[in-house]
Amino acid sequence: MNKIKIIFKHELLTTIKRKSFIIMTVAFPLLGLLLVGGYGAIKGAIGETPPEEINIGYVDKAGGFDKDLVHGTVTLIPQENQQTALASMNDGDISQFFVIPQDYMTTGSIIRYTLGREVEVSSEVYYAIERFLVNNILAGNVESTIIDRVASPLYLSSITLTPEGKVAEQQGGFTSFIVPYIFSILLVVAIFTSSGFLLQGLGEEKENRVMEILLSSVSSTQLITGKVLGLGTAGLIQIIVWLVSARFIAGIASTSIGGMLSGLTIATDFLVISLIYFILGYLLFAIIMAVSGSIGATARESQQFSAVFTFLAVVPFFFIVNIMEFPNGGISQFLTLFPLTAPLTVILRMGVADIPIWQLVTSMALMILTTVGSIFLSGKIFRTFLLMYGKTPKLGEIIKALRQA
Amino acid sequence: MKNNKQKSAAAVEINNIYKTYGKKTVVSDVSFTVEKGEIFGLIGPNGAGKTTTIRMMMDIIKPDSGEVYILGEKFREETKNKIGYLPEERGLYKKQTVMDTIKYMAALKGVAVSNEHIEEMLKHIGMLPHKNKKIEEMSRGMGQLIQFLVTIVHNPPLVILDEPFSGLDPVNTELLKGLIKKLKDEGKSIIFSTHQMSQVEELCDRLFMINRGSKVLYGGLDEIKHKYRENSVYITYEGNVGSLKGVTQSREKDGYTEFFLDNKTSPQDILQQLVDKRITVTRFEIGAPSLNEIFIRIAGVNGEGNE
Repeated sequence: MNKIKIIFKHELLTTIKRKSFIIMTVAFPLLGLLLVGGYGAIKGAIGETPPEEINIGYVDKAGGFDKDLVHGTVTLIPQENQQTALASMNDGDISQFFVIPQDYMTTGSIIRYTLGREVEVSSEVYYAIERFLVNNILAGNVESTIIDRVASPLYLSSITLTPEGKVAEQQGGFTSFIVPYIFSILLVVAIFTSSGFLLQGLGEEKENRVMEILLSSVSSTQLITGKVLGLGTAGLIQIIVWLVSARFIAGIASTSIGGMLSGLTIATDFLVISLIYFILGYLLFAIIMAVSGSIGATARESQQFSAVFTFLAVVPFFFIVNIMEFPNGGISQFLTLFPLTAPLTVILRMGVADIPIWQLVTSMALMILTTVGSIFLSGKIFRTFLLMYGKTPKLGEIIKALRQA
Repeated sequence: MKNNKQKSAAAVEINNIYKTYGKKTVVSDVSFTVEKGEIFGLIGPNGAGKTTTIRMMMDIIKPDSGEVYILGEKFREETKNKIGYLPEERGLYKKQTVMDTIKYMAALKGVAVSNEHIEEMLKHIGMLPHKNKKIEEMSRGMGQLIQFLVTIVHNPPLVILDEPFSGLDPVNTELLKGLIKKLKDEGKSIIFSTHQMSQVEELCDRLFMINRGSKVLYGGLDEIKHKYRENSVYITYEGNVGSLKGVTQSREKDGYTEFFLDNKTSPQDILQQLVDKRITVTRFEIGAPSLNEIFIRIAGVNGEGNE
């Protein structure tokens, strides 16, 4: 036990003194602060600049389109014909013009002309023209309040309720998804930073030939246990720094930026579940990395082995649209239960929906079982391959070692 | 331990160990005993099975069959603390300083050593000024000496050195030989392996010579040399000896002449003849073959190879 503690302390101290670790730990909070602060600074410097005035010319061949020419910042200016419209556009009096054809009432088709190329019509321009057309068609025939309602029949607000009919704490929507999204990235980074150090460390110990000296002092189980716990603690420190500062930055962002981000808070149960999945995810991937590290002849080769598992871990990102739209669908459930994809999926799903308790419990249980199973199988692999230098074992040899485990 | 056959005083006892990888037998029926307080040489050419034998002693590899007893008992996890082991494939953490390295490695052997003790050890080999250097900043030879300190820092009763002289220049080789002799004076049992037989003849009390996984020779150094001695004398002299009675053959060697004697003639007879002839003798030595020459005679190949 005592030797595990010594290795634990050594690995923890070596890791948190690593430049790359310190940079990674500090970089994310700094980046967040910089973004929030930068946004505030830019907003303060520019102030409330008046939005740009847009003048749109139009040629009315259908007739009767002459009322309600101003819509917010957009002003519509009637033109004699297309020639004069083109001339005004060249003079810069108008930035664009459109033609209302004679048969507009039956076809509804409008052709718009501009000088510059654009990806698509800006929504401002589109809605101004639309409103202008609607107002002119209905003017005189219907009351103005009805015209308003026809033009914009829907200002939708959604409220999530608890089964008791009260307003629920978590309201969903964009802000509630952005936090889990950022967190899921941080979680993956944290898991792979520390388990990557484990992989690299074992690779270096093999390459530097420290391994045989270590194993003549401690058992392979003591070595791996000490390393996994030491590096895991380093990773835990990292993610706690991130979580605490994320909560702090979210607070700043919601008051200083406001608007879309005003509802930006991070719930405590979300933090707790993130931590649990960090620990479970790290332990599982650490064992996988340790096995890869003991099999590969060099640190680089070990990294190639582990890439397969790293890929599996980020698979949920490929299904992100599916998870957002169907948080309780089949794919989401499968990815929640599959141990390698569980950490990321759970974090992503939590943002958009409540995950049934049974799924959380089953997912955690499966992760623990897989980890324990991997530890059991890896013991023999460590003993066999940690001292195999300069040569990568064949698949048959690995299977043989597993059988003897 | 209840069922552990309590073996008496031997530092290491190996009984009939075998190790096979696939179809290749690496170690075959090797048995020897290392007594406490002696320097024991495990000698043989590269690839003879020395490292595999040592790894089986260290419980890093399990023998297919046979038994190994370390300090009278079967290998346990605690046994590791009683052994100082310098592997053939060795290295240290490159980024760690000398002090931290020695301290950490001692801690892994279950011993907390003070800075003063480490400094004293470094001073003894003249490396105190380098105590805060990182391993990667040191020359290979210096690194080797630090490796050796790491091996003995926890004061183990049994020291196992696998090719300890590889990579050392002649000065450091002599330094290391001195350190090994000092360990013996402190009563430690020492096993070392080497393929450079002639270089280390002077060190070992007894030896096991191995080739292709099997025993070639086993016994005390003097006993072996006596058994395989040529009936010859090495003489360096001035002038012309002419013919000597009882000499069957003579061979000019580098700086001396080897005279082979017939069965009835003793070295004393030859010395008497030289004195009678009033020849100035600057060296007179009883002919004894080097370990390598003995190895060649028994195994039929040159044990030291091309290295």
